[in-house]
Amino acid sequence: MSQEKFSSDEASLTANEWSKADKAIVQDKAYFLQMKEHPWLSAASFIVILLLWEMAGRMEWVPPLFLPAPSAILSEGWTMFKTGLIFKHAFASLSRILWGFFIACTLGVITGILIGFFSIPEAVGNPIIAATFPIPKIAILPLLILWLGIGEASKVAVIALGVFFPMVINVYTGVKNVDPLLIKAGLSLGSNRTRIIKKIILPSILPMIFAGMKLGIGIALLLVVAAEMVAADAGIGFMILTAADLMQTKKLMVGLIILSLLGIFFNWLFQRLERVFIPWKE
Amino acid sequence: MKVLIDHISKVYIDRHGEVTEALRDIHFDMGDNEFVVVVGPSGCGKSTLLNIIAGLLSSTSGQIIFEGVRKDSRPLTAVVFQDFALFPWRTVLKNIVYGLEERGLQKVEQLEIAKKYITMVGLQGFENKYPHQLSGGMKQKVSIARALANDPLLLLMDEPFSALDAQTRTLMQYELSRIWEETQKSFLYITHHIQEAVFLGDRVVVLSKRPGRILDIVQIGLPRPRGEHLTTEKPYLEYVDAIWGYIKNEAKKTLEEIS
Repeated sequence: MSQEKFSSDEASLTANEWSKADKAIVQDKAYFLQMKEHPWLSAASFIVILLLWEMAGRMEWVPPLFLPAPSAILSEGWTMFKTGLIFKHAFASLSRILWGFFIACTLGVITGILIGFFSIPEAVGNPIIAATFPIPKIAILPLLILWLGIGEASKVAVIALGVFFPMVINVYTGVKNVDPLLIKAGLSLGSNRTRIIKKIILPSILPMIFAGMKLGIGIALLLVVAAEMVAADAGIGFMILTAADLMQTKKLMVGLIILSLLGIFFNWLFQRLERVFIPWKE
Repeated sequence: MKVLIDHISKVYIDRHGEVTEALRDIHFDMGDNEFVVVVGPSGCGKSTLLNIIAGLLSSTSGQIIFEGVRKDSRPLTAVVFQDFALFPWRTVLKNIVYGLEERGLQKVEQLEIAKKYITMVGLQGFENKYPHQLSGGMKQKVSIARALANDPLLLLMDEPFSALDAQTRTLMQYELSRIWEETQKSFLYITHHIQEAVFLGDRVVVLSKRPGRILDIVQIGLPRPRGEHLTTEKPYLEYVDAIWGYIKNEAKKTLEEIS
């Protein structure tokens, strides 16, 4: 029996044959859901804003003490770059961020897994976290200075505290949301509880760890500046505060730009790392 | 090898003290190289039974006993789940060797075993793909290979083809029938699909609606190897009809129940 036997020989109508007065042609109502991209517009608007800003400075529409022109900020930055002043402050801030961040991530992941996976740590840890999480971390800085002195330790500690909470909450949520089917699969293939943590929980929560790191780095930048404004002799926060005291607006703006660049850099870095460590994500 | 499913009952009690009886006195045994299918209307506790046999859930009463157990690291059971349960961070090959890693086998040995089952289920060329790059049918093949690679005494399959489209499902049934003949293992297969049960099984255990009780155990006397031609022949259709006779009323009752 040939398959053609079942196929229809009747040809379809063409549009012309069928032009009746009461016909309607279907329109795509959802066309706007496909958002257009405007790559040029992004770049152009950025340049236009810079140009306007530059003009405002040159024409002295705004006093340079309030808003120096971009070119003036750039040349100030270049001078600070040549004298190495930028590096002194940037490195001081960076090392505080990295230490605090590293400590917070390590403790946050360990704590998050413990309270997420075991019932006793969960019962003990959850209320403590719920009670301490809402406190603005910068408010704890005076206490930390009292405990740890005015040096590096208190600044690192306040950053670590700030990053710890988003990390621990993210990891905890991640552990709670691990697909129970995957854990069952692991058990049926011979894993015990510790092996389940290492081979199923950890890879499952990697995306949440990265999300926590991205949240955390923003908080770390905020806290390092705040801590340096309270008590420091170096760092970007310190630099911004002293520049403001001395009415050196250009220097202050350089500080802001460095902070913006640091934020962009860390974002880029984490996106990169995410792609390397989570290659199974589409 | 023998397995005894010995008077298994299961009662769930939720946080509000509400009692649900899922299984009532399920009792049957299975022998070497036997393909047993458990079929029943939805919500009859079939998956509960499978989880109890897999050691992933405790029964309220009764026990699961294996006989002829091997004295090495090979497990009693391995499970193929409805939703594949593949590890998304592992490639096809890495998924298949998971159980072998847990048993502490040498790398060379792991690869050798993996290769055998990759060939058996027809996954050559996909070894380094991640699960999200595969179709549903391919994913389930990985899951089958992963379970078989661990060489269990009994392979448990929990509605493995329910997440697949109808055409893929039919093809996978032929594949599975062939794989079972090749492995000479005992399979316990859970489904709500009667045609599938008759096509695959040596025996079909028919369960009632909740609480799941055994209505009958039907011996399927169809010749092997079974292929496409079988599904149009009279004996096959008679078995399907007989089992549908049992299930129809149960399914109707389930449909009319207020859940």
